[in-house]
Amino acid sequence: MDILLQQVEYRYQANTPFERLALRDVSFDIPEGAYFAIIGHTGSGKSTILQHLNALLKPTKGKIVIGDTEIIAGQKQKNLKRVRQKVGIVFQFPEHQLFEETIEKDICFGPMNFGVTEEEAKKRAKIAIKQVGLSEEFLQRSPFDLSGGQMRRVAIAGVLAMEPDVIVLDEPTAGLDPRGRKEIMNLFYELHKEKKLSTILVTHSMEDAARFADQIIIMHKGEVYKKGTPEEIFASPEGLLELGLDVPEVIRFQKNFEETCQVKLDRICLTTEQLAEAVTECLKRGVPK
Amino acid sequence: MNKLILGRYFPGDSWIHRLDPRSKLLSCIYFIFVLFIANNWKTYMLLWIFTLFVMYLSRVSFRTYIRGVKPLIWLILFTVFLQVLFTSGGTIYVNWGPITISQFGLTNGVYIFCRFVMIIFISTVVTLTTKPIDLTDGINSLLRPLRSLKVPVDEFSLMLSISLRFIPNLLDETQKVMDAQRARGTQFGEGSLFKQMKTLIPVFLPLFVSSLNRAEELANVMEIRGYQSGEKRSTFRQLQWQKRDTVCLLLMFVLTIGLTFLRSEGGLH
Repeated sequence: MDILLQQVEYRYQANTPFERLALRDVSFDIPEGAYFAIIGHTGSGKSTILQHLNALLKPTKGKIVIGDTEIIAGQKQKNLKRVRQKVGIVFQFPEHQLFEETIEKDICFGPMNFGVTEEEAKKRAKIAIKQVGLSEEFLQRSPFDLSGGQMRRVAIAGVLAMEPDVIVLDEPTAGLDPRGRKEIMNLFYELHKEKKLSTILVTHSMEDAARFADQIIIMHKGEVYKKGTPEEIFASPEGLLELGLDVPEVIRFQKNFEETCQVKLDRICLTTEQLAEAVTECLKRGVPK
Repeated sequence: MNKLILGRYFPGDSWIHRLDPRSKLLSCIYFIFVLFIANNWKTYMLLWIFTLFVMYLSRVSFRTYIRGVKPLIWLILFTVFLQVLFTSGGTIYVNWGPITISQFGLTNGVYIFCRFVMIIFISTVVTLTTKPIDLTDGINSLLRPLRSLKVPVDEFSLMLSISLRFIPNLLDETQKVMDAQRARGTQFGEGSLFKQMKTLIPVFLPLFVSSLNRAEELANVMEIRGYQSGEKRSTFRQLQWQKRDTVCLLLMFVLTIGLTFLRSEGGLH
């Protein structure tokens, strides 16, 4: 399912003294099966974009096309339920949305809202809980007995059980330990590969964006500052540094290495593995004196 | 929720903004009492002039005030209509069973409308121009005499300032939880009353849970930082009574004199 944003503008509390422009002239498209990362400072409009992707917010100007549904500013829109089923959002700290007495019921909540039968929903709950790395025994427990990390997994399972075509992640690893972070990020990457899920990741972590995304969008003050593949973005990281954004450690190492040794590696490395390979190759060729 | 103007702070630097919260609170309460002295069109005119003058002084656009009245307009109109329909006296225009539209009813209706709107305007002036934290300080300071009656004034004002402090957070969180549940297919405000009530469970339960967690965390943090209830504490923010505060109270005094002067003896006319 393709998602297309055309000159989207969004104002919070439009026409009140508290009005605030959050997005200005944002256009891009997310083709089916792509992995997008949206990066930017707090307050750059990342989360506002994200809420447009399943029509929780409607643009105050411009147009959004989600699959075959068009959302145009100022027009009444019915049947947004269908859009919301197709686009699953994992909000920041999703564990705060748990409420049922058992985990199974909580995971079934989403699917059943979209008209799935109880039997089918329970089947999906079983699959989803395994997908997020918990065993089936958890299903009968109360979500409030779990640790923070486990609650997060349950909440994610609740979104996965809706079987969305597009999954939107708002800092899914905020506040997790390094291992939990890695596991969750890998989980989403595998789902993206296996099920051809379009994935949109909103994150502060340049590392994650560089490692997983095919396309990166940099937001700055409500506008798209830069858009491109990780290689394109990190080929000239100076602009990013000016915005006060971080550059992945790998990129910084490469820059330092190239400067100190007066060599140029043949490509921009986005992961430590790639960097190790490139450096080895370079060393084999020998450093020019 | 975002449309609510009453009870919000609107940053600014007007004469009214710089008043001491105590004088603002006292004047606001006093104004509401003084309203009931008015009983003819001259007194109401005077009150209107005063209200509009105060609103002008606050340097907040008139539209903002109108917006503050909007959510309450049905309540106001309802009361006004009851007055109009069930008051008798003076020339009677329509008579239909117990319902009469009379001269007294109409004037009474207009007066009540004015009273409501002015009360809302004036209290909006106070809340729009005073930081919530200053309001609690003001209330605390005004309640201080009650201490000798064994009323736990400090605890009360602490609770008040904590609640005020967390209103925006709770609203934010409500919005977040609602968004998250909408993303999971909940539709708010649709279907029968029972159905609508059921859709609130997925919102309220997480909110209660997080409020409990937050309360526990806050209590721990306060204890770590040395808070003990009932102990004598010093205050960081000191309220300062200035010349303009005296002027403000004097203005209220002048208003009262004006009102008693213009007030007619015979009651409603």
